[in-house]
Amino acid sequence: MTPLLEVKNLHAEIDGKKILNGLDLVVNKGEVHAIMGPNGAGKSTLSYVLAGRDGYEVTEGDVLLNGESMLEMEPSERACKGVFLAFQYPMEIPGVATMTFLRAALNAQRKTRGEPELSSPDAIRKVKDVAGQLGINMDMLKRPVNVGFSGGEKKRAETMQMALLEPKLCLLDETDSGLDIDALKVVSEGVNRLRSPERGFVVITHYQRLLDHIVPDIVHVMSAGKIVRTGGKELAHELEASGYAQYQQEAA
Amino acid sequence: MGENVTANRTPAEIGLAEAFAQLDGKLPGNSDVKAKREEAFARFGSVGLPHRRVEAWHYTDLKSLQREALPLAAPPSAEAKTAAWNAQTLFAGLGARRLVIIDGTVVPALSDMDGLEPGLTVSTMAAALSEGDPFVASHLGTGRPVDDPAVELNTAFMGDGVVIRVAEGAVIERPIHLVFVATGDVPASTFVRSLVVVGNGAKLTLAESHQALGAAAYQPNIGLELVVGDDAQVDYVKCLRESTASQHLASFMTALGARAVFNHFSLTTGGAVVRNQLFLKLNGEGACVDIRGANLLRGNQHADTTLVADHLAPGCQAREVFKSVLADESRGIFQGKISVAPDAQKTDAKMMAQALLLSETAEFDSKPELEIFADDVQCGHGTTAGALDEDLRFYLMARGIPADEAESLLIQAFVGETLENIAHESLKSVLMSAVADWLQAGGASHA
Amino acid sequence: MAAVQETVEQVRQIDVDQYKYGFVTNIESEKAPKGLSEDIIRFISAKKNEPEWMLDWRLEAYRRWKTMQEPSWARVDYPPIDFQDLYYYSEPKKKPALKSLDEVDPEILATYEKLGIPLKEQKMLAGVVSDEGEDAGGDEAASGQPRARVAVDAVFDSVSVATTFKEELAKAGVIFCPISEALREHPDLVRKYLGTVVPTTDNFYATLNSAVFSDGSFVYVPEGVRCPMELSTYFRINEAQTGQFERTLIIADKGSYVSYLEGCTAPMRDENQLHAAVVELVALDDAEIKYSTVQNWYPGDADGKGGIYNFVTKRGDCRGRNSKISWTQVETGSAITWKYPSCVLRGENSRGEFYSIAISNGRQQVDSGTKMIHLGKNTSSRIISKGISAGRSQNTYRGLVSAHRKASAARNFTCCDSLLIGNECGAHTVPYIEAKNASATFEHEATTSKISDDQLFYCLQRGLSEEEAVALIVNGFVRDVLQQLPMEFAVEAQKLISISLEGSVG
Repeated sequence: MTPLLEVKNLHAEIDGKKILNGLDLVVNKGEVHAIMGPNGAGKSTLSYVLAGRDGYEVTEGDVLLNGESMLEMEPSERACKGVFLAFQYPMEIPGVATMTFLRAALNAQRKTRGEPELSSPDAIRKVKDVAGQLGINMDMLKRPVNVGFSGGEKKRAETMQMALLEPKLCLLDETDSGLDIDALKVVSEGVNRLRSPERGFVVITHYQRLLDHIVPDIVHVMSAGKIVRTGGKELAHELEASGYAQYQQEAA
Repeated sequence: MGENVTANRTPAEIGLAEAFAQLDGKLPGNSDVKAKREEAFARFGSVGLPHRRVEAWHYTDLKSLQREALPLAAPPSAEAKTAAWNAQTLFAGLGARRLVIIDGTVVPALSDMDGLEPGLTVSTMAAALSEGDPFVASHLGTGRPVDDPAVELNTAFMGDGVVIRVAEGAVIERPIHLVFVATGDVPASTFVRSLVVVGNGAKLTLAESHQALGAAAYQPNIGLELVVGDDAQVDYVKCLRESTASQHLASFMTALGARAVFNHFSLTTGGAVVRNQLFLKLNGEGACVDIRGANLLRGNQHADTTLVADHLAPGCQAREVFKSVLADESRGIFQGKISVAPDAQKTDAKMMAQALLLSETAEFDSKPELEIFADDVQCGHGTTAGALDEDLRFYLMARGIPADEAESLLIQAFVGETLENIAHESLKSVLMSAVADWLQAGGASHA
Repeated sequence: MAAVQETVEQVRQIDVDQYKYGFVTNIESEKAPKGLSEDIIRFISAKKNEPEWMLDWRLEAYRRWKTMQEPSWARVDYPPIDFQDLYYYSEPKKKPALKSLDEVDPEILATYEKLGIPLKEQKMLAGVVSDEGEDAGGDEAASGQPRARVAVDAVFDSVSVATTFKEELAKAGVIFCPISEALREHPDLVRKYLGTVVPTTDNFYATLNSAVFSDGSFVYVPEGVRCPMELSTYFRINEAQTGQFERTLIIADKGSYVSYLEGCTAPMRDENQLHAAVVELVALDDAEIKYSTVQNWYPGDADGKGGIYNFVTKRGDCRGRNSKISWTQVETGSAITWKYPSCVLRGENSRGEFYSIAISNGRQQVDSGTKMIHLGKNTSSRIISKGISAGRSQNTYRGLVSAHRKASAARNFTCCDSLLIGNECGAHTVPYIEAKNASATFEHEATTSKISDDQLFYCLQRGLSEEEAVALIVNGFVRDVLQQLPMEFAVEAQKLISISLEGSVG
């Protein structure tokens, strides 16, 4: 069976500085992978390279989504093929109403799948359904994208977008940062609802606590730009106890 | 410096002087008007067309941009009128009272001159000047800025225009639309001067549109004087979509009474060289202005918005927001001066000019000025210039929105702030679609 | 808080309308005849034993100057200057050649004492330069240098009378001497850089300066050297009807660093005195120059009589990659200030900074600001300007930020704040922002306001007098800029600010 995501010997750099050094990763449908590691290991870089952000140069290796290389694709093409990145720091977009933005994204994705575009009322209905589950009210949807949202509101809004766009591969970049325990629960429940045999997750986090709520199938330790250890969910607890020091030395 | 200028006159300056001499006695008006014209032309003649060493025109060097003085436009033919009437589209669905000005001449037959609401009076400037209308005579030129060559030329050559009076307390619900159409068959210049006087406590919505049909060189010089009485309100919108054969000079002179409210929006997407000048005099205590504008340019377009807000009375409030979206080799200019007189205590004035540069070769020049002589004030201005935010673009694209659509969305959001305060909903939506039209025509196609 | 207390003390001590530094030193001086001609220029050049090329350079500038017009765009107003009614050269008459500081005219030393600036220069000038332990820093163990050491090049009217710490600087390879001496001792260095930042054709006053400059400082910091101490010059105009035309040239070679301080005072006189200086800074690859000025020339009396016309051209050239030039100025004096310390950001990644406090009171007129010219890639600049107008003064910030076609990723942040005290003064802001590059990011913001009644009331309620409260609030208003000054200067500047605002309340 073709894996959902296959990262092969990925090397990437930014401004000439090497960040990823031969990273390998295979995510099958239905699996939840956690990537843990110390600050500076390249975790966020991995999520940006997978999503196709400008400025990150892949110097070696490949990234396949359902067997198809993504490296030459624009970020929007990747999104339309089912890659969703929940940002660590979601951008604020003054002047663009959240609803306008969501409808534009929904319809852009539907168009590439050959589905008819949603009318405005249909889009609003759909958004409201999903938003309600995450405690996002109409007032937030009327405001410009992420402008004036608290940290918790931004993360809820990201989760809501994920639910709305129904991606195949969800990349969660430090979704727990800046969340208190209640917000963490709301967001985790939102993510857990989306778990399905057809969907894969890569959950990037520095701390174990998120993984108490989103329980992974496989845990990877990343250091100095590559995966240095892989194990089951118990590995996360082990890391919580022992820290990352040994891996930093290994990598060095 | 003046002597040097007159010694080396450009062909355009010589052309203007010759035209003025030839038109002696042929332009409308009695001897008082004639004297006004002569004084104005003398003042113009002493300095000539402004150039980069003239501070107020530093970024719009008319001397080099305006190579020749085009002949005054002839009165429109019947065919021209029909063509113009059929072509004018902007604000068409508005249900506004239309006053149609073709090639600088008001065409009453095409205008909605009948069924005027109580308190509303409409006439033509040519008639008012010829008849020596005392009302017009007493108001004309009262809001004139000192030493502005574009206004001097307008006064010297003014031919026709509209004169609108709104009586004290009259609330005119139906917007009035000044429809400027240039036939563009032959190279021509026009000098339209209008006067709008809104009495105390009265209310008026005024829209102005500029279109050109043909592609012949065109030099419109538009003057509009607006007097807003105490407690009166005027909402004004201008949309400029002339061809790139146009060199458009517009001077908007407004005097505001106590507690008067003036909302202004202007959108420029047309014209090769455009200078929109706004001279605001806040004469009455507690007047309140909201001035916004957007210039969307591409190709080699050059658009200059120059605003001078004179705060002359205490407690006035001003908000000014201008946005420029600049593609290709276009050049956007913003000059804004907030001037606060010693007596204008408690002035609250904020001005913002922002530019989005969509191409490596576009240029934005900004000169926001504060000139403050009163101590108890809150005044501020800001300017930003930069490219589209890559992070935002990426965020939109990461949600599946294609690059060009993402850019359009961001540009519309950028411009949107200038439109949000337009109270008249259908006017607002017309202008929003004008922005969308511009984007559709290739605005964000740079990558 | 201590500094504020000190400020308040200062305010108490000083009588209204009494310019603290307004005394005249009675020393004989040797003057060239009044007026300007090629002969005068030859005289100045000969006095200085200058090389032939220098005389030619001056004469060329003079011929050019005769064709130029005084600039009129600034918001300053003054009667026409009769350039033939000035002395272009004035030299304190003294014993021949100063070999050591002991030989400095005691009158001059007394003058410095009266300047009252509690820097260490007094001792230095008096020759009490016993180094280590003296300044008792103690905590500067890392560098082994007491922090407060400053080398001084004092310019009295037109000539540099004494330079301290020269030898120690020489050990580090740093050249710090009067420019007249540099012309003799290091002609190749001077010739290589003089006029390359401010060309002789630059503007009316700079061109005049090029023709007649009499002295000034020269600094060369060699490759890789961090100048071991702050360098400092005190300018002082003493003679009646003299123009002071000093010329300063500072070169920081690759990877070097230098911090330069300039302080200016002038005696009280009825007639206006002209000061038209030129300062050129050159920073090569990875070099940094920090230039700080505290200017309190005589501003004229309460009716606007007398005072210095300060028409100065200052420009830094960030010629090398990663170079940095930072201007910090505290301008409280002069009848008229016309001054725009600027940075030409030529080298990739270079950075320019301008921090300014400009205070005007009485009838002073200030038209000052900066230019940040972005030419190279990835260049950045920052402008923080604080203007305070009181009395009947006019205070204008005028600035230009431009990014040229090739200056991709240029960045500027500008913040200009003005404060008005009283309702007979004016505060003006005239920025020019020119972006010719799409990837340039410019942000400009400006505000004008008065001291908030709430803040004032709060202070009064806590027992401060109105004047104390104003001094306190103003010091808060300018804090961002004061922090950029070297410590000793910052304290000084803070006092000056209060003194300059004397009599502005009530």
